[in-house]
Amino acid sequence: MVDNFTLSCPTPRPRDSIVTLSHGGGGRLMKDLVDDLFITAFNNPELAEKHDSARVAAPGGRLAFTTDSYVVNPLVFPGGDIGSLAITGTVNDLAMAGAVPHRLSCAMIIEEGLRIETLAAIVDSMAATAAAARACVVTGDTKVVEHGKGDGLYINTAGIGLIPTGREVVPRRVTAGDTIVISGDIGRHGIAVMSVREGLAFETTIESDCALLTEPVELLFGAGIDCHCLRDLTRGGLGAALIEIAETTMLHLDIDETAVPISGQVRGACEILGLDPLFVACEGRFVAFVPADQAVHAVDALHRHALGVGAKVVGTVAAVQPDERGLVTSRSSLGTRRVLDLPVGDQLPRIC
Amino acid sequence: MKYVDEYRDSELVDTIAERLRRITTSHWRIMEICGGQTHAILRFGIDELLPSGIELVHGPGCPVCVTPAALIDKACSIAVLDNVIFCSFGDMLRVPGSHADLLEVKSQGGDVRMVYSPLDAVTLARENPQREVVFFAIGFETTAPASAAAVHQAEQEKLSNFSILVSQVLVPPAIEAILSSTHNLVQGFLAPGHVCTVTGYEDYAALVRRFNVPIVVTGFEPLDIMHGIYLTIQQLESGRAEIENQYTRSVRPRGNEIARQMIERVFQAASFSWRGVGEIPRSGLRLREAYAQFDAERRFGMESYTTPDDPQCIAGAVLQGVRKPPDCSLFGSHCTPGHPVGAPMVSAEGACAAYYRYRRVPRRRSDNSQ
Repeated sequence: MVDNFTLSCPTPRPRDSIVTLSHGGGGRLMKDLVDDLFITAFNNPELAEKHDSARVAAPGGRLAFTTDSYVVNPLVFPGGDIGSLAITGTVNDLAMAGAVPHRLSCAMIIEEGLRIETLAAIVDSMAATAAAARACVVTGDTKVVEHGKGDGLYINTAGIGLIPTGREVVPRRVTAGDTIVISGDIGRHGIAVMSVREGLAFETTIESDCALLTEPVELLFGAGIDCHCLRDLTRGGLGAALIEIAETTMLHLDIDETAVPISGQVRGACEILGLDPLFVACEGRFVAFVPADQAVHAVDALHRHALGVGAKVVGTVAAVQPDERGLVTSRSSLGTRRVLDLPVGDQLPRIC
Repeated sequence: MKYVDEYRDSELVDTIAERLRRITTSHWRIMEICGGQTHAILRFGIDELLPSGIELVHGPGCPVCVTPAALIDKACSIAVLDNVIFCSFGDMLRVPGSHADLLEVKSQGGDVRMVYSPLDAVTLARENPQREVVFFAIGFETTAPASAAAVHQAEQEKLSNFSILVSQVLVPPAIEAILSSTHNLVQGFLAPGHVCTVTGYEDYAALVRRFNVPIVVTGFEPLDIMHGIYLTIQQLESGRAEIENQYTRSVRPRGNEIARQMIERVFQAASFSWRGVGEIPRSGLRLREAYAQFDAERRFGMESYTTPDDPQCIAGAVLQGVRKPPDCSLFGSHCTPGHPVGAPMVSAEGACAAYYRYRRVPRRRSDNSQ
């Protein structure tokens, strides 16, 4: 009988332990990697079609579309990893446009030598985060570069989100008199990554604040808040986000530094390292520019979510004086003001 | 946050500001020596709280700023070598020499690493026996004990692949140079609290006696600085010139004996050319002959290299307190933190960078400042 006869390799190929250039070569190894790892982890019908493009049903209304690349070192840090970051970062950019995440893409640039186990853990983390965001990864790409030509793994994600009718969340709607609300304490991500990357031993572990912001943002809309603009705090922290808005709108933003929530751990680390916490990275915080008469409601709405329990009013959009267009000022605990300016590059620890 | 918030208490700061207004009858010019103090003054707007009779001028106490371009050029020349791991404190990486900074060397393939302690560089030397590990030892007496300890440790471990490029400077000779200048306008000094934590303040007492000028050892928080200014003004208004210690929670009269001994064991005083200021006798440190094998300048044959300062820049006058950053024609136009010409524009502690960051627009004084 030959009915149940199948050809098979007498010694099954052992599962690879590291990524090699062949995994990006377009051959069997690459197909296996894509099928076994990515398509399995991101499991959804549009991806399973394995077409050159994902075919997505077009919903009515306006779309938000964004992309971002992730090059964090180390790949895994307290409170997250490059995978969770690559999903949250892009989903959060959609949320800042008032959009509900819909579809995502994922392109991986992998340095040969990366352990498959590490890659699998990161892909699982992406899949879990995407599921939590109710967004499907429907298309992707894989490239492998030679050893020494990457930093383990770079990820690019793009996202499409749906903007519900009636929402208009853009910098140009920010107006003098608006109140600036922050969703929680700042600086955790930057200090968490720096403490691992630079081998700083603090007495306690500071975890990244890496988190999906769609839910707290939807709570604001659900409470009827007319969010003029939203901006998530990323690489340059609160300071850079505010300066971007001020320079885009040519308005004057004034914040009360004593009102900005900062944990004792982050403050302590910043004091030791000589960093300004206003410019330390976050990955799960945002600011909302809301009409002054809705500020209290906005803070109350955010308090109902675990990611918003630390929400506070931190400042206002001031009436513009001719010499203060496009500026952000900060009021110190002593009642004096300083101009916030972007650091030239990354903040560097000071020596004394 | 404990040990920080107490020293940023606005009511106490206001109380001192009020007392200062009561006792200040003349115009007084006070110099804070340390860049950390300059940074705090501008970050917290402390000068806005002072009566108009008190003028603060910013001293030469930013170690990054006063490191001469020639030494940075040497650092870049060493860092670019294939077999070298070049280690530096973070804020030194962006300081330009005459043609490049260490971040540029790194971007072109140099193995430049940021470390938080000189002893981290010793660890790198131990872990990389086939490579030369060089530490850029910059700073005042605050960093000197750790630099000395690194050299001492390397000697104990017989690490032949470790060396340091020395740019260690001393505060008292710089104050002496300022007071000896015929252009001097400074009438009182806030001495640097962290330096004095290491050295104590006997050398400063000698300066007080010689030049009849008040010197108050001062900390770095707003309340410390206001208190230091208050003690200085009290002396000036009553015609006294004494050494006083405001920063008693950290500074002892003779400092930290162990740290001083470590400096003494490894280093000796030497002439040093301050960027923007020029040569000041016995104002720097160099390795003693017994430790000469750890001298990177000797190891890499760079002892004779020199670079002149930019002639247009008034950094020297700024660092001596004779002029202020906005007096410079290059300030804010040709010279910015992104493209610094003069050294004080480079580090966040530099007077020009601090002015650029916090003072680009005319500011309203706070209501209680007059």
